[in-house]
Amino acid sequence: MPLLSVDELKVTFQGQGRRASTAVSGVSFDVDEGQVVGLVGESGCGKSVTSLALMGLLPKKGVRVEGRADYRGTDLLSLRPSAMRDLRGTQLAMIFQDPLSSLNPVVPIGVQVTEILSRHRGMRGQAARDEAAALLERVGIPDPTRRLKEYPHQLSGGMRQRALIAMAVACAPRLLIADEPTTALDVTIQAQILELLKELVDQEGTALLMITHDLGVVAGLCDDVNVLYAGKVVESADRRNLFAEPAHPYAHGLLNSIPRLDAPRGQPLNPVRGSINDQIAWADGCAFAPRCDHYTLECLEGAPELGPLAGAGAPAGHQVRCVNPVRERLETVTLADVGAGDDSPAEPVTQKEETSE
Amino acid sequence: MSLLELNEVKVHFPVKRGVFFDRTVGHVYAVDGVSLTIEAGQTYGLVGESGCGKTTLGRAVLRLNEITSGEVVFDGTDLAALPDEEMRRSRRRLQMVFQDPLGSLNPRQNIESILAEGMAAHGIGANRTERRAKIVEVLERVGLPADALSRYPHEFSGGQRQRIGIARALVLEPDLIICDEPVSALDVSIQAQVINLLEELQESMGLTYLVIAHDLAVVRHISDVIGVMYLGALVEEAPSDLLYAEPRHPYTRALMSAVPVPDPEVEDNRERILLRGDLPSPANPPTGCRFHTRCPWRQAERCDTERPVLTELADGHRVACHYAAEIADGTIQPVRELAERIIPEGESVAVSEKADTGE
Repeated sequence: MPLLSVDELKVTFQGQGRRASTAVSGVSFDVDEGQVVGLVGESGCGKSVTSLALMGLLPKKGVRVEGRADYRGTDLLSLRPSAMRDLRGTQLAMIFQDPLSSLNPVVPIGVQVTEILSRHRGMRGQAARDEAAALLERVGIPDPTRRLKEYPHQLSGGMRQRALIAMAVACAPRLLIADEPTTALDVTIQAQILELLKELVDQEGTALLMITHDLGVVAGLCDDVNVLYAGKVVESADRRNLFAEPAHPYAHGLLNSIPRLDAPRGQPLNPVRGSINDQIAWADGCAFAPRCDHYTLECLEGAPELGPLAGAGAPAGHQVRCVNPVRERLETVTLADVGAGDDSPAEPVTQKEETSE
Repeated sequence: MSLLELNEVKVHFPVKRGVFFDRTVGHVYAVDGVSLTIEAGQTYGLVGESGCGKTTLGRAVLRLNEITSGEVVFDGTDLAALPDEEMRRSRRRLQMVFQDPLGSLNPRQNIESILAEGMAAHGIGANRTERRAKIVEVLERVGLPADALSRYPHEFSGGQRQRIGIARALVLEPDLIICDEPVSALDVSIQAQVINLLEELQESMGLTYLVIAHDLAVVRHISDVIGVMYLGALVEEAPSDLLYAEPRHPYTRALMSAVPVPDPEVEDNRERILLRGDLPSPANPPTGCRFHTRCPWRQAERCDTERPVLTELADGHRVACHYAAEIADGTIQPVRELAERIIPEGESVAVSEKADTGE
């Protein structure tokens, strides 16, 4: 049985006198113990709202959350606030994108870490301070005793993110949700933080739900990947299958549109045309249809179902929400294939018509 | 002849303190001696992490920051020595595209007024009708509909706003466009559209670009020559493919190995060099080689006393490292305390053997 099983999660925002807008329109995925699951998508696809809904951090007013999120037999979405508070921190923990705004600027790091220890583990005084120092040391902050007395602004971006991770793992949670944990950081610091997360997962068997827009991060870290578009999972697969054979035209297009460090120069990128604004409601058909190259009239007959990829040789567990999935392996020419330093541009790839958004 | 030549450009910001008297107590050495050359029609990519001075350098070329010393020779004239009014006039030929497309467009001006402002300031187009005709033409070039003229920035998506920023530079028919993080605020699918647009425009209009970005993959995709900056100085400069194939400076190696590649096969078998610690403060830069505090290949004495200068190794490959040759042939071994090398099996060992990155 999976540790967390999210079933048809739906989040609708309805402000006073405003039209209701659906941020998440039926997301389902499972997270097993010790597994790293990725939720990938561009801004506005509902990935952050999904994580906030799971943690019970969405405002109560004006938000409707439907569906089920089964965590060890309890439904997180229908839990009383006080019960949720007990779970948060001990069983579930979260790391946010911007470490400066998620730490309290007027409270020393030490107080913020010991706060969790006293709330959930009943530790007080020197014992709590020692444990806090040990936690900071564990996430690779040098000179932890001095750092405990410092304020968030005295720490660098990478250090703040480490402090935040220390707070998240303070009570050895079973499930860690990381919402774009490295987006605000430089690449060399990003590499350090990703390595730290990998280590925690390996050593503690913590399950990690990784929310990101960076397909590079996903390729190196996640076991299973769910690609989100307009509030629904459009493709779900093991990372190897997803990157080798992306079946949904959106996932396929995304992978084709990123410049790669190891690709030879002179090849034009194939962007997905249009923008996220060009979407139709799932009720009327596939939301991606207006931007899709494989679009047929069938796409407008209601929302396609997320189903296993059909055809011979399709890997198990590879699911896609599309009536005309792309059936081709993604062949990316890398420098290794053409020989380093070869400057001659490869055969001009047929470039998709670039229309204005 | 090269279009732009920077000669030992320095930009130092004074750090002031005191209530009544602004005593200067020190300097932030944002850009500390950068020399580089950009040929006409070329794209020069400047990469580095935040705080390395790449944006300050880009702004210094346009003299949006005061240049402390050095020369900025653009098409034969030294911009650093020009009187303000002449500098203002020469900005027609040097334009900038900014990172934040919303923040760099006035929310209360419509698109026509935003684009016409620069034209009026530089005396392009005799009257409104002529300017409008030119603006419509440029808008079409960047892929925006003509009805955008009377609309306001908030009505556009991020990618479209960046197109407006590009159009604003283009209406003045510049020779050089400085793109400061042109795509970092955009979503992945939109990034590719804007990158393709920049490339198309370069081809059809013969533009020269100075692209400043932190994303190595993007820079590598569009640049002919790449310069890597660390703490206010260039540490390595090479043609794009050469830099990727044979990074010679220890910082470049670490930086390139830190960029995730969207391919599990590559990710699992890739060797990474993890740097320890953070960027030192540019207000108090380390002595000698600026990178010596984090460099795994650091040697005693010379690295922390003598500052290396950019020296040409092979055609067009310049490196600022005392031991670039020794590191390349493996005579100098890296130290474990300063960096970890992650090898494919997932174990981490000291960077002991010759780290053959890239090939």
